[in-house]
Amino acid sequence: MSERTGREPKVPSQQQLPAGWEAVIGLEIHVELLTRSKVFCGCSTEFGAPPNTHVCPVCLGLPGSLPVLNEKAVEYATRAGLALHCEIAPYAKFDRKNYFYPDLPKAYQISQYDLPLCKNGYLELRVGGKVRRIGITRVHMEEETGKLVHSTATIVGSQYSLVDYNRSGVPLIEIVTQPDLRTPEEARLFLEELRSIMLYLGISDVKMEEGSLRCDANISLRRPGETRLGTKTEVKNLNTFRAVERALRHEAFRQAAILEEGGRVLQETRGWDDATGATVPMRTKETVQDYRYFPEPDIPPLVLDRAWVEQIRKALPELPAARRQRFETQFSLPAYDADVLCQHPAVADFFEKAAARFPDAKTVSNWVMGEILRLLKATGEEPAVLGAHPEWVDHLVGVLELVQAGKINAAAGKEVLEESVRTGRAPEEIVRARGLEQVGDEAKLREWVKQAIGTNPDAVASYRAGKAQAAGFLVGQVMKLSRGKANPKVVGELVQRELGPPGQGS
Amino acid sequence: MSDLRELLFASIEELSALLWQGEITARELAEAHLRQIERVDPAIHAYLTVVADRALEQAAEADRKLADHRKAASTGRASSPPQPAELSLLGIPWACKDVLCTRGVRTTCGSRILEHFVPPYSATVVERLDGAGAVMLGKVNMDEFAMGSSTENSAFGVTRNPWDLERVPGGSSGGSAAAVAAGEAVFSLGSDTGGSVRLPAAYCGTVGLKPTYGTVSRYGLIAFASSLDQVGPLTRTVRDAALVFQAIAGHDPLDSTSAPRPVGPVLEEVEKGVRGLKLGLAPEYFGEGLSPAIREAVLSAVRRLEREGAEVVEAHMPHLDYALPVYYLIAPSEASSNLARYDGVRYGLRTPGEDIIAQFSRTRRDGFGPEVKRRIMLGTYALSAGYYEAFYLKAQKVRTLIRRDFEEAFRSADVLVTPVSPTVPFRLGEKVEDPLQMYLTDIYTLSVNLAGLPGVSVPCGFSPETLPIGLQVIGPAFSEGRVLRVARAVERTVGAELTSGRRPAVAVNGR
Ligand SMILES: [Zn+2]
Repeated sequence: MSERTGREPKVPSQQQLPAGWEAVIGLEIHVELLTRSKVFCGCSTEFGAPPNTHVCPVCLGLPGSLPVLNEKAVEYATRAGLALHCEIAPYAKFDRKNYFYPDLPKAYQISQYDLPLCKNGYLELRVGGKVRRIGITRVHMEEETGKLVHSTATIVGSQYSLVDYNRSGVPLIEIVTQPDLRTPEEARLFLEELRSIMLYLGISDVKMEEGSLRCDANISLRRPGETRLGTKTEVKNLNTFRAVERALRHEAFRQAAILEEGGRVLQETRGWDDATGATVPMRTKETVQDYRYFPEPDIPPLVLDRAWVEQIRKALPELPAARRQRFETQFSLPAYDADVLCQHPAVADFFEKAAARFPDAKTVSNWVMGEILRLLKATGEEPAVLGAHPEWVDHLVGVLELVQAGKINAAAGKEVLEESVRTGRAPEEIVRARGLEQVGDEAKLREWVKQAIGTNPDAVASYRAGKAQAAGFLVGQVMKLSRGKANPKVVGELVQRELGPPGQGS
Repeated sequence: MSDLRELLFASIEELSALLWQGEITARELAEAHLRQIERVDPAIHAYLTVVADRALEQAAEADRKLADHRKAASTGRASSPPQPAELSLLGIPWACKDVLCTRGVRTTCGSRILEHFVPPYSATVVERLDGAGAVMLGKVNMDEFAMGSSTENSAFGVTRNPWDLERVPGGSSGGSAAAVAAGEAVFSLGSDTGGSVRLPAAYCGTVGLKPTYGTVSRYGLIAFASSLDQVGPLTRTVRDAALVFQAIAGHDPLDSTSAPRPVGPVLEEVEKGVRGLKLGLAPEYFGEGLSPAIREAVLSAVRRLEREGAEVVEAHMPHLDYALPVYYLIAPSEASSNLARYDGVRYGLRTPGEDIIAQFSRTRRDGFGPEVKRRIMLGTYALSAGYYEAFYLKAQKVRTLIRRDFEEAFRSADVLVTPVSPTVPFRLGEKVEDPLQMYLTDIYTLSVNLAGLPGVSVPCGFSPETLPIGLQVIGPAFSEGRVLRVARAVERTVGAELTSGRRPAVAVNGR
């Protein structure tokens, strides 16, 4: 009986699971909250400061220091719980989770064990046109640990390790789902949706690469229709959305290969190696870690005022799902557009502002999804930057109006928009300065058309032989001659006028 | 003042008056105490660290302030002369238990693992005393991490009882009590987790107050058992205890468990006498194991209080027998967690090992003494999966029953009067090999910590071998004024000879 095959399973790249198996997936997600100060002291939570500059006796766990709970962190965690349809506990408490690690200054993490702040919620996902409700077991608060910097890649074999406690004590929420997810794709979609919600709530910057959003995943396989759960493995250190999906798919195929050989899946913790695209067993102890949880005696229990919770509930912003729905009806957008636009609140805001000033919402959507997102990607900026540049809405609307009025063509419009965004100059000004106005003057256009016909006899011949698409080639030649300024629609008409309908040899 | 040595046995109030009148200076007072430490501490070993320069600076500052106040009062610039209570600690030398963090001054907690630890901050109570102008002479000895009843568990050697150098001063605040008894400080601060202020106070013939949990900030108090620890003063008189308590008590935003309520005028209440007060006597405190001399001293004090107009009522503490086992589950559980941070990574002792796990365990092997290790093991066991419900959780439930016992008792009694310890100070080494015997020493005090109540130990007599005997007064939460009021009546009626007459020979004659 093989416990664990060394053989790598074949994992197809497309969206599918090993035939005859159903995956049961649950996620544990850590989200760093974006409070200004840490959860139990007044130190700054700013990211990227020099090591150990944002520390004090409390977050270093010095002898005699005591934690004082940051109310803002409770508010943020409550906001998250409400957005995930959780019950908010009227009475919650903090517990100590005891374990030794050099990045854990007190050798215990203040967390929540049996009475978490939020529980029994759900999140609805749209997967392939169907709505899937994924249960949320709990959302609880805890503190971040410090960070180890090893002299080599890992703690084992390093000559020395340095510790940076700047992150120690940054507030975290841990979101635990029910094992309701069925495919790796669903897991990724869930995580993306969760990320959007956190952004809408304004409680985290949810950057996986900076560790402010982290995900561990549990996965087991069973035959469809079976209700009993199989042996699960836990995959840790998933730090991109893609990694979550790839790792789970790999793990599903690995487990299926073992089960189909009649083997047993070992309950273990595995890591994800992005380079090899495989999960690998992590060094784990023989026995389960005993955290020896017990109530934190330094922090009195948390008694939440109902009215305060209701106030937070009322102040919740419109969340991604509702906004998508509204975009589809209010602007008659396809579901795909609504999905893309609503992923990030700054993008959705940007779209709405532009759509309010330009009559064709679908065109606005195309430009936002195409050009605006492309510009952000090219500069490596976060979508949030859109909020800081209200003038970009003016630029986009300006460009769209110029295109609509036929003053420039779409291709020129894209160039103009990019330059507007880069320089802050108005689109009209750029069009004037660079002489990009579309040429609509028929005499000039006809001149170019004749030139194109004269220099491309082959294309003319095939057009006459009935190949209509040869006209497109000729239009392209004219666009080239006009350095992009010709109105392609008029040029197309002129070509046809000169040569007659296709297939009519002369 | 011709004989500065007489100052070494005076109360805060007496000294404050002399300072105010200009009869002595704070510098003279500090110097007299530093000399006394030099003279007698080699025999007693109360101090772990003496900070003479810091003390003399603080004294000079106090003298400047005293001069300013006097000038303001005489030229009439001050609308009214400063209240004595406000100024009562200005220039008064004190000793700080080494469990309290002191900025820039080594803080060992009686442990090798913190032998060279210099905190970058001070405990709130130290800040408050600094602010009041008190002069800190140094840091005094204690059982390692406050675990013990004899100060024999200190990594830096035992402290001896000034009344009999072959006997223990009690623990864990043994250094705090011995320093005050031997004229090495006018008052001191200790910490009390299961009786660690009251027991050494009783053994050394001083007053020791364990305040209501949450009235005195724990910020900067190195934690033993967080839900039980409380800082309290050790003084020569009950009124002094009230003065120091008023100076250190009050809400601290740095301690979430500190009570958000003002401290009442405790000192005013102290002299009100016991007429009409109901003193509860519970037979559970006077049973088997109590030394006859102590029983007689406590009951005789009660009879005197009756003559002063107090009424004796019967009280019961049906769950008192469980206090000891409950305490020895809860305190080590919390301690095992609180002491896990001493791993050699950031401060304190570090014994290198081939990997990080080895470094952790070797550091802790070398850094902790046997009693601390014993309690860490006990607590780790009690909290571990599978035993948590049977031990820790069950103990918390019984703790609630003990708390209810007190509530029930205080329906009929205003305070409870009990012994502090079943025996007089025992000989050094006598119980070291028998932890269970040692644990029994705290049998009358630790239920007060489990219930979070105030308790005071006040001298009430001497044993035939001339060893001090203490009496404990326990009151409902936040009744510090009332327990001190009863203690003051004991002091007035039976304890006067302790504060003026008898003094430890070593303190008078040197070693
Ligand atoms: Zn801090």
